[in-house]
Amino acid sequence: MTTQQRPAVRQRRRWQDWLSGFFTSSVGLKWMMALTGIGLLLYVLAHLVGNLKIFLGANEFGEYEIDLYSEALRNLGGHLVPAGSILWLFRLGLIAAFVIHIGASAILTRRNWDARGMNRYEAPRQYAAANYASRTMRWGGTIILLFLLFHLADLTLGWANPSFEHGQVFDNVLASLTRPPVAILYLIAQAALALHIFHGAWSLFQSLGSANPRYNAFRRYFAAAFASAMFLGNVAIVVAVWAGWVS
Amino acid sequence: MDLTLKVWRQAGPDAEGGFKTYEANGVSPEASFLEMLDQVNEKLNEAGEEPIAFDHDCREGICGMCGVMINGHPHGPQDGTATCQLHMRKFSDGDSIVIEPWRSTAMPVVRDLIVDRSPFDRIVEAGGFITINTGAAPDANMTRIPKEAADSAMDAASCIGCAACVAACPNSAANLFTAAKMQHLNLLPQGQPERYTRAVAMVETMEAYFGSCTNHGECEAACPKNISIDFIAMMNRDYVKAQFKNFARAGQA
Repeated sequence: MTTQQRPAVRQRRRWQDWLSGFFTSSVGLKWMMALTGIGLLLYVLAHLVGNLKIFLGANEFGEYEIDLYSEALRNLGGHLVPAGSILWLFRLGLIAAFVIHIGASAILTRRNWDARGMNRYEAPRQYAAANYASRTMRWGGTIILLFLLFHLADLTLGWANPSFEHGQVFDNVLASLTRPPVAILYLIAQAALALHIFHGAWSLFQSLGSANPRYNAFRRYFAAAFASAMFLGNVAIVVAVWAGWVS
Repeated sequence: MDLTLKVWRQAGPDAEGGFKTYEANGVSPEASFLEMLDQVNEKLNEAGEEPIAFDHDCREGICGMCGVMINGHPHGPQDGTATCQLHMRKFSDGDSIVIEPWRSTAMPVVRDLIVDRSPFDRIVEAGGFITINTGAAPDANMTRIPKEAADSAMDAASCIGCAACVAACPNSAANLFTAAKMQHLNLLPQGQPERYTRAVAMVETMEAYFGSCTNHGECEAACPKNISIDFIAMMNRDYVKAQFKNFARAGQA
């Protein structure tokens, strides 16, 4: 009599298989894009809240609030850690989020182009649900990335800002944004960012699998509110500095 | 009604295709879109020309065989109907209509307006077999199913597999089809024993042929059965859950 062979209770799959299976699947990559998207949304929100300090001007000792804010960021963690280390942790997280977000979108774009192929329709497509924001995600994302590089060169490293002085955030922002071409560039980038968020902050719910009749309608309002808040807040800074209302 | 048709003609899968213009005269507004094509084909037959090849079967919107791109609208301008149930009264006298096959790499043109939809069969095969009891028929209502679950499963099951979702998607993604075929099983108690194995198998088969979802929502708008993209979110959730939770002990890896 032969013993019946029972299947293993647990198939031992190599963790490498699991990693490559999930993180190379399109649904998995979109899930990663949604998660990093949430991280980047939180970042741009925190960035805006911090930057609005420019409207507070100087305190009674003649120190600009926004300069103190940037100093506080560099000294996060106080004397517990070496100066600037916590800030660098945040920066590394941000860089990782950007790399994953952009890398995943590049892989997916390539796949989508292959799937679509050279198959174009003769009649112009009559879009019924896709909006301008959803159709310009790739272009908008590219504009935001290019602007980001300029923004770093302008206000973090100072390469694109002749009168740049490290730590003098208030003066640097004024010197930069009173140049009309630079101010216009900042405004264009804010429009691109707002459009990107208008689709992205809605789309992330779908990618994460959060669909529920209780809040489905709210998802669109959330994205619209987030995008408008980012646009109005950032544009207010650019316009106010350019017009000379901040000094 | 007198219409000018610009139709894609292609003799075979490897043949070079191109648009040809035909006049459709005296079309009744009560005719369906396919009946209008039938009339054109009768005239082509009389003139000794090859008739326009197009897929069709039931002509009552439940088989999923028909489907063409009409003036940039999958299944034409009317919401929630397949091409066979589109009537010519939706067009005006003197209109010119561009008629094209669905376009995507995974579904090449077989002939004229007919495309090869067999990748859909591969997706269904990947998740279609379920471990149900094949003995005597169970008593009615032995398995209790909440009304809402039955309704949602029925909404998903109303997918006729016409591929309008792939045709409408700028990325040629088949997420709406796959989600519908997956969720009508995953929503019911009978579908639970293989729920997560099915999610992984169907998603990975789908991705072997089609693009990925960028959440435009065009598929939902094109769907002749108005299937909601909520099912895509549910599919994403099941797929991610299958990857992170330990279902191995439940026999679902």
